[in-house]
Amino acid sequence: MRSRRFLITGLSTYWGGRLARALEADPGVEAIVGVDNEEPGVELERTEYVKVSNQHGLLRRVVEAAEIDTVVDTRLVVDSAVTAPRLAHENNVIGTMNILAACGEGGCVKKFVFKSSTHFYGANQDDPAFFDEAMGRPHPPGTAIERDILEAEASVAEFADRNPGVSVSVLRFANVLGPAVDTSHIDMFGLPAIPMILGFDPRYQFVHEDDVVHALEHVVQNELPGVFNVAADGVLALSEVAGLLGKPYAPVLPPWGTGLAASVARRLGVDIPAEMLAQMRFGRGVDNRRLKAAGFDYGYTSREAVVALGEHMRLSPLLRSGVEPYRYEREVEEFLRWSPNVRNARPKVQAGAAPGLPAPPVDHYDALGAEEIISLLSSLERADLEALRDYEAGHRGRDDVIGTIESLLARSDPAG
Amino acid sequence: MSESARTPLSPRERRQEGKDRGATVPAVRGDDLRRHLPALEPDRRLTDWGRSERVEEALDKSLVDFLYRYWFRADVEGIEHVPSAGGALLVSNHAGALPPDATMIAKAIREEHPHPRPLNITVEHFFKGYPGLSMLLPKLGAVAAHPANVHRLLYDEQQLVLVFPEGRKGTEKLYRDRYRLRRFGRGGFVEAAMRARVPIVPVSVVGAEEAAPVFAQMGMLKRLTGLLYFPLTPTFPHLGPLGMLGYLPAKFKLRFLEPIQFDAADMQNDGALVQTVAHEVRARIQESLFDMLSTRRSVWFG
Repeated sequence: MRSRRFLITGLSTYWGGRLARALEADPGVEAIVGVDNEEPGVELERTEYVKVSNQHGLLRRVVEAAEIDTVVDTRLVVDSAVTAPRLAHENNVIGTMNILAACGEGGCVKKFVFKSSTHFYGANQDDPAFFDEAMGRPHPPGTAIERDILEAEASVAEFADRNPGVSVSVLRFANVLGPAVDTSHIDMFGLPAIPMILGFDPRYQFVHEDDVVHALEHVVQNELPGVFNVAADGVLALSEVAGLLGKPYAPVLPPWGTGLAASVARRLGVDIPAEMLAQMRFGRGVDNRRLKAAGFDYGYTSREAVVALGEHMRLSPLLRSGVEPYRYEREVEEFLRWSPNVRNARPKVQAGAAPGLPAPPVDHYDALGAEEIISLLSSLERADLEALRDYEAGHRGRDDVIGTIESLLARSDPAG
Repeated sequence: MSESARTPLSPRERRQEGKDRGATVPAVRGDDLRRHLPALEPDRRLTDWGRSERVEEALDKSLVDFLYRYWFRADVEGIEHVPSAGGALLVSNHAGALPPDATMIAKAIREEHPHPRPLNITVEHFFKGYPGLSMLLPKLGAVAAHPANVHRLLYDEQQLVLVFPEGRKGTEKLYRDRYRLRRFGRGGFVEAAMRARVPIVPVSVVGAEEAAPVFAQMGMLKRLTGLLYFPLTPTFPHLGPLGMLGYLPAKFKLRFLEPIQFDAADMQNDGALVQTVAHEVRARIQESLFDMLSTRRSVWFG
């Protein structure tokens, strides 16, 4: 099945926004609806933002009204320093249940993609050096965020069991690095020296932010049910990371009473959450070969991701200039999407999708479904119909649309 | 299905379910995944396992080389039984406080073998949680003895792996029990070799028992320090932590025995066969040890 009509949950998160943008550039995508309780943080061209928090009744109505066939859930919180624990639990466990409730039981959703984290495996003393997707964690989770992730994944797995007609993919991402994301680890790497636990040099695997978006796209565009680890090639030691960033490392955290020391550090302004402490002690590596075997190519290795982050960190104080951050204004967005006075909306889509082809004579043509277009056709002039036929043939080439246009043209043919 | 329609009762139960389901992931195991191993990055100084050639070399030059040549004066037999290519599981007897046998086996392969290869030494998970050792041991080629680790090394990466099936029972053994092999675990090492379809190379080592004899185990101090074991040796604990390195200059002899091949697939599912092979390996090492000991005229000069 080719996914055409998308619902992205967590549109305000970095991943939701980036994915929506990537999908917008694909002319095969008919509709993108983003839901969240916060406004999107990136400028979007044709994605429609609906402000819904995790109420499954409302979500269900959105899904059915828009005939969504693919739901991408990018909303999971995997860093307890970024969100308050209670909100994180609400979002991760209750939110996931509600979204699944809105998708299941004979609805129109045929594919569900869930963004998870390698925190699923935890970090323990008796871990294998490389977790593969079939391995569970050796011990029950010790931190709230790991517990949440396990519960969320368990409900996704249950959903997959109950809905065999829905293709469910779960992506477990390693620690993300990149200039645009904000995680506890990136904060730590931004310190003048990298703090370490005395006597430990944990193994770390990273994934670059671009690879995260590409992996989500890859899974959306291909039929890949199951669980996949997403982590770049190469497992680095923390001391190696410090070397690549060109920073000294400081074994300032004591091996015993580390939690206490971390709470002192929190007072001093360095927030090291519990799940990160476990990683700083035992580290974690995952086996990333399953997604590679499914045809995905990583753009960065772990080492390259760290080097890229280091370059960005050195440059960012110089680049911090007056680029206004994007702010979502509902009225402006609605005007741009729906006003008949907007003439050159979506320049990127048209330029990127079909160079040399004229613009379609119908506004928002790309956002319309086949049936909607067919219902519009009878009101069009002959010249417009011809232009539309060429446009459709050059883009998606839907047989039913072209057939209807042909029959209308034949009927209005002055000679016939 | 009524089973899955039931509401999960508790987080614990649900976790269990999640775990079970994890195991039903369609396994894309086999040769096709080996192609997707990460490429070597020549700029890096560590491997993905955390091994550092630099640290290894530094320790080799400062200590291991001296021990191997002048202190233990190691004699090596049957090095040709270690394959030059492909995975192989080396199985050895294990003894002594802070046993030098693993290091000596690795050094012997590096020195005497026509195609020197790195040896991965499996160690207890304990060391990953102990500050300092957790940092140092992986750099020297130690790997936690997890079945998944052994399989990846043997099958996917086709490397050499050394295991001590006696495990802790070997190092806890006292001097009066020297050269008598303990139970060989539950045969997990045989399963690992069969699953990866690599040969087992039994190795017998004479000398480690006398180099670091253990006269007693002190349970109370062990509990106090959180160490794996707390032995009383000629130099430890009264000479401090470095006393652990106070080896006596016993003569070392290492003998690599003929490899045991596993040709058929899925042999590891035959429990009886696994136990038989485990006993066979143990018997061969024991026999070889007695043979070496019977011709040894002096503990110190061989």
